[in-house]
Order: sequence, then C-alpha cells, then structure tokens
Amino acid sequence: MAGTRGGIASWLFSTDHKRIGIMYLCGIMGFFLVGLLLGFLVRLELIAPGPTIMDAQTYNTVFTLHGVIMIFLVVIPSIPAAFGNIILPIQIGAEDVSFPKLNNFSFWLYVIGALMALSSLFTGKGGPDTGWTFYVPFSQTTSTNVSAAVLAVFVLGFSSILTGLNFITTIHRLRAPGMTWDRLPLFVWSLYATGWIQVLATPVLGITVLLIFAERVLGVGLFDPSRGGDPLLYQHLFWIYSHPAVYIMILPAMGVISDILPVFARKNIFGYKMIALSSLAIAFAGSLVWAHHMFTSGMSDTAVLVFSFLTFVVAIPSAIKVFNWVSTLYKGSIRIEPPLWYALAFIFLFSIGGLTGLVLGSAGTDIHVHDTYFVVAHFHYVIFGGLGFGLFGAMHYWFPKIFGRMYDKKTATLACFITFVGFNVLYFPMFVIGMQGMPRRYYDYLPQYTTGHFISTMGSWVLAAGILLMFWNLWRGSRNGPAAGDNPWGGATLEWSVSSPPPHHNFVSEPVVTKGPYDFTGVKADG
Amino acid sequence: MDEHPTMSAGGHGLPRDDYASRLGMWLFLFTEILLFGGLFLLYAAYLHRYPEAFHAGGKMLDKVFGTVNTVVLITSSVTVAQSITALRLGNPDRACKLLYATVALAGMFMVNKFFEWSAKIAHDIYPGSAHLLEAQDGLGIFFSLYYVMTGLHGIHVIIGAAVLLYALRGIRKGHVNADDYVLLENSGLYWHLVDLVWIYLFPLFYLVA
Amino acid sequence: MGSGHDDAHHIISYGTNTLIWCLLLLLTALTVYVASLDFGFLNVVVALTVATTKAGLVVLYFMHLRYEGWLLRSLVFLAFFILAIAIGFTFFDLAYR
Repeated sequence: MAGTRGGIASWLFSTDHKRIGIMYLCGIMGFFLVGLLLGFLVRLELIAPGPTIMDAQTYNTVFTLHGVIMIFLVVIPSIPAAFGNIILPIQIGAEDVSFPKLNNFSFWLYVIGALMALSSLFTGKGGPDTGWTFYVPFSQTTSTNVSAAVLAVFVLGFSSILTGLNFITTIHRLRAPGMTWDRLPLFVWSLYATGWIQVLATPVLGITVLLIFAERVLGVGLFDPSRGGDPLLYQHLFWIYSHPAVYIMILPAMGVISDILPVFARKNIFGYKMIALSSLAIAFAGSLVWAHHMFTSGMSDTAVLVFSFLTFVVAIPSAIKVFNWVSTLYKGSIRIEPPLWYALAFIFLFSIGGLTGLVLGSAGTDIHVHDTYFVVAHFHYVIFGGLGFGLFGAMHYWFPKIFGRMYDKKTATLACFITFVGFNVLYFPMFVIGMQGMPRRYYDYLPQYTTGHFISTMGSWVLAAGILLMFWNLWRGSRNGPAAGDNPWGGATLEWSVSSPPPHHNFVSEPVVTKGPYDFTGVKADG
Repeated sequence: MDEHPTMSAGGHGLPRDDYASRLGMWLFLFTEILLFGGLFLLYAAYLHRYPEAFHAGGKMLDKVFGTVNTVVLITSSVTVAQSITALRLGNPDRACKLLYATVALAGMFMVNKFFEWSAKIAHDIYPGSAHLLEAQDGLGIFFSLYYVMTGLHGIHVIIGAAVLLYALRGIRKGHVNADDYVLLENSGLYWHLVDLVWIYLFPLFYLVA
Repeated sequence: MGSGHDDAHHIISYGTNTLIWCLLLLLTALTVYVASLDFGFLNVVVALTVATTKAGLVVLYFMHLRYEGWLLRSLVFLAFFILAIAIGFTFFDLAYR
C-alpha cells in the first residue's frame, strides 16, 4: 500500500484494514489449498471399493480435518475477513474500521487458532476422527486429539465474533456524509447481516466446544446417558450455531454477487430494498431452523414438524434474491468478464444447492436421504458452488483494485469453465448415489456405487486442475500483469473512485455521497 | 437512524467516538449473554426432565452462602456505578476508592466460592464422584451444571476484577477522567453483566428447593 | 446518539444508584422468602420473575440503558429475544417427546 513502511512486523502488527485483509486472504488461500488437498485425497481413496491409499482410521481423520479446516479456517472467515476488511471501509467512505487494533487482534486469533488446530494433528493420538460436528458420545470417548481441536475452534470463533462486532459498529458509525442506509452497497448490507449472526450465534458454539472439553478433561457427564445426560442436547447446542453459520458463509457471497451483476449489466440492481431486507430476513429466519439437521435423531415429532415448516420459510428470502439477480440481468447491457462468469456460475450452482435443500428440509424425504451422499452433494453445491464461486468472483472482481494490475482474462475464463465442469462431474453423481443409499463418511462401500464414485473422483481431478489454473493465473497477474486503472470495470461504488491500490487513508478527502451504489451516470471504465 | 456518522476513532488521530466504544462493548456483552445462554438452555432442559432431583440438589446447597454472595455482588455493582458517577463529577479519588471496594467485594465472592466448593468436594459431591453416581437420576446432572455454570461465572468474576483494576490504573494515570471516562464505563458494563448472570444463577441453584 | 464526546450523556446520581441498590436488596430478600413457601411449579415462575425484575433494574439504571437511544435498547432486546428462541424452540423437542 502506498505510503506505509515495509518489513514483516509492519504487516503482522498493522492496524490498517487493507493489510489485515490481505494477510487474511493469504492465510485463507493457503488453508483452502490444504483443505482441497484433503478432499482430493478423500476422493482418491473412494475411487474404488476397499482400501486404496489409506486405512479406515486415517480416512476418518482426513475427512474430519477436511471439514474442520474448510469450515473454520477457510469458509467462515473467507469473504468477511479478507474482502470485508479490504473493501468495507472504502465502500462506506471511511478511513478504517471502528476498532483497528481489535481488528489486528482478530487476525492474530485466527493465526493462533490455526496453529492450535494444526497442532492437534501432531500431538496426542493424532487429529480428530469424529467428523467436524464432534457429536457425542464419540467425541467424548475417542482417543484422538479432540480436546486440542475444539479449543482451536473456540479461539477461531472468538476471531469471527470480533470481526462481526467491528463491522457492525463500523457500518453504524463511520458512513461518510450522504451514505445513507439506502445507498449502501449490497455487499455492505450482507456484511452487516453476517456480523449479527457472528455476534449472536458464535458464542453458542463457544460454550458447546467448551463443554466437549469439560466432558473429556473434567468428566462432567452432561451429555452422557449413563449419568442422566441427553446426547440430543449436544446436537441442539451444536446446530444452534452451525446452522446460522452457513448463513455467515453464504450471505457475504450473495453480497458480492449483488455488487457484481449491476456493474456487468450496467443497470441498477432489481429490487435493492428487497435484497437488503432479505439479507436481514435470512439472518433472522436462519436462526430458527437448526433442528432440521436432527430429523432422524429421535427428537419429538412436533419439533420435526415445526422445524421443517420454518426451513421452507427461510428459503423464501434466498429465492427472492435469485429472482432479483436474474431480473437485474434482464435487458441489461451485458459485458462478459471473468467476475460475471463466476457470478453466473454462482447463481446456477447455488440454485441447485438451494432446491435440493428443500428435499432435505421436507422431513419425509429427509428420512430417506439423511446422512447419505445426497446431503454431501447438497452442502457442497451451496457452500462450494455458492460461497466458493462467490469467493472466486470476489477475487476476480477486486483483484485489480487490490494489486493495481489485471490478470489474463482469457485464462481466467477458461479456468472458470474447467472448474465449473469439474465441480458438476464431482458432485452431481453424489445426488444419485445418495438417493440410491450410499451413506456419508463411509470408508468403504458396496459395489453398486462404484461407477458413481469413479465419475466423482474423475471430476475432482478436473476441478483441481481448474482451481490450480485459476490460482496460477491470478498469481502471475499479481506479479507482472498489465497495470490496471482506478476503475477497470466501470463500477459505481466508492472503492472504484480511489486509486488501485488504494492510498493509505483510503481517500484524499472525505467523500460526500450523492447517489446510489448502482447508479452509473457519469461513471466510466478506464480499463 | 438517529446516530451521526463520524470519522474514525481508531487511533488515526481523529475525533474520538465514545458511542462507538459503548456500542462495541454492548455487542461484546451480547456474546457473553449467548455464551452463558447455552448453559441456561441445558439447565432449563434438565430442570424439565429431573424436577425432583433438582429440588433435592437445591436443598444440598447452602442458602446462606448463596444469599451472602448475591448481596456481595449487588453491592459491588453499586460501588462500580458510584465510581463512574464520582469520576464524572470530578472526584477521581473517590472513584478509585469505590473501585477498590468493588474489587475487594469480588475477592470476597471468590473466597466464599472457594469455601463453598471445598465443602462440597469434601462431602464427595463433584462430577463423577461415587456419591453422585449412585444417587437419584439427575442429581449428578444438577451438580455438573452447578460446577460448570458457577465455575464459568467465577472465571468471569476474576476477568472482571482484572478489567476494573486496569480502569483504576487508568484513573491513577489520568487518562481516564471526567472528559474521557469510556474505559471505566465499559469496564462497569462488563462487571454488571457478571452481576446479571449471578442474579439468575442464585435462584436457579440455591432457591429451587 | 451523541457524537465525539457525548456531552449530553446523562450522569446517574449517587442517590439514584443507592436507591436501586436498596431495591435490589429488597428483591433479594423477597425471593429468598418466597422460596421458603411452597407454590409448587409457581416457585420457579416467581423466582424468575423476581430475578428478571432485578436484572431489569441493573440493565436500565446501572448499565444506563434507560438513558440510551432506541437503537441500543432494541439491540439489547434482540439479544435476549434470540436466546429466548434458542431455549424455547428446543422445547418443541423436549416437551413433546
């Protein structure tokens, strides 16, 4: 960033939101590749029945780590901590967030939590093998290093909470003159809603993991049936956080899409107010549906009925967003660029994921597909197809702003296609074998699922190639891509009005906002 | 919305924003409410399931210890509230005295807790003890909740006392004063939350008999 | 709701603080007394009502919420509301097994 000192300490202890965001981005990308590798290994093991490259115990640990790393080290922080940090203050016309030192502390909590999580691999009896959900009673009795892993999750949760707290305060207090709530970019609205989930839901995860730790270390027996405990209460506590957590994952990605589409359709977003309100509605309604993860757990039929109904309700605001996005494109002046490709892929993949969520949310059909590969396919479509492609879209959209350079667009587009094809070949067969009865988290399987698994593993190779190509292209673009102007895409939000990269204090003088975020009058792209 | 956006307070040499600090502190308090909230959820669930065992367990707790500790914490809340009033009315010495009193009361609370727990443990009443394992269904759960909830609360008493001492140091050094008292105010908010949790813990454990 | 230095931010008097303290002690005495009587299930209801009244006094006066703007008050309500949902909705399961 222009006008700041060099040296690694000036980065690690920086209170500049842009540096903090970039450091997060590096960490997240690094762990993303680790998580991808673990997933790749899972698929390699499952290419054929029987042992392929690892034994059953190792397999359990590999998929647990894949989940823990992807969810807590990659997906949950990803867009808010990286792009939220870099872009949010600029988009509202502020110099930084409300609590810059706290922001740096959040980053350090992320680093410490990551190190703690990694340490669980190399201490005790190795990495946890319980699945990322740490269900009791197994998480109590397994000899693997669950204790270290859950403490890591606690620390990471704290990092997430403080980021959300910071963003909420920032959005309330630091908007530039004229930046009224109805002129905020929808990315900001999504970060606001996400911040609330981070603040209100994550503490419940905190207490849940502390209780796992207390069970293992102090023997409190609160979920142990032989001592009067109820294992289902663990599941309730766990999902009271972990369902809203998926909205922490998807809302910012939806915000990215809402920012990208108007720029490349050169048209105001359709239904700004509804999209903003839907973000809040998703955050709220999403905290009412957690027990749809528990339809087959033995809870009461009344609960099954209530939570199934509420799950259908929470689908509505998401659907509203999809309709509004498509309507934004309709009769727009479309300019095809890599961010738009990723945004379109998002809409397609998220819709598949969302619709299959209804199959799961409907209790009757859920009985059939619960804990099968149908679920695995569903959540990869929404998390990877949704958040993942949204993240790639954000990377390609804000890349020139952050690095002041442009990547090769043809390669970026090719990478998008390869990734898209690989993604569908990898995950679509899982819907099929899931409905045919293939259970999830199984190391081995019956011969009738071999073809589906084989195709899926092939897909993982294509997907890996596409993602590696994407990263390589962005890497080389950051090193020696052609210089990008302030506004290569012709965006109307405030970050495109400052230089690429932005100056140290973001703005030369405090901006005064007089129009909406998707009002392109007088806005020109400068390549 | 009724607040006025201003430029950042974050150490960039720009105007302070006390409201932002207060808002941020309240947001943090929400996380504490939800953290303890998970335990209150467990309590509610198990009270529903084991009403007799919870009555029996409540009888085994010493109401005197509980009531004394409640009075101690309530008093510590008023002393910290008065310390803020004192500071803002230009009386930093009185503010410091009141903060010392608050921390002393916190210490008294922890000493009481120590004696209480020691007595219980000496009577073979702790998670996994033989007495509880053989007792009626739910008694073990009651006491596990008791230790976890009052234990987590006790940790927060210690943290709160440390935070108040930090604020006290700030007053002594002069940078926490009648014009810039937000550090003391936020410390007080944290302390009141600690009191709030106990206000619910007290009847739920000591008065459920 | 106040900028920069919060000049208009209300100071609670020594007298008010003392009054609230006395009320809290009184309510504590009340709740201990009621616990010694037997109202069956109502005991829990009374105990929680008294606790909530005490909590209300602490939040409104000691924590100053009575003198804050509508934003902060709504947010405090929201936090407790979310907790109430978490506990309440769990009882859709627990109460009907």
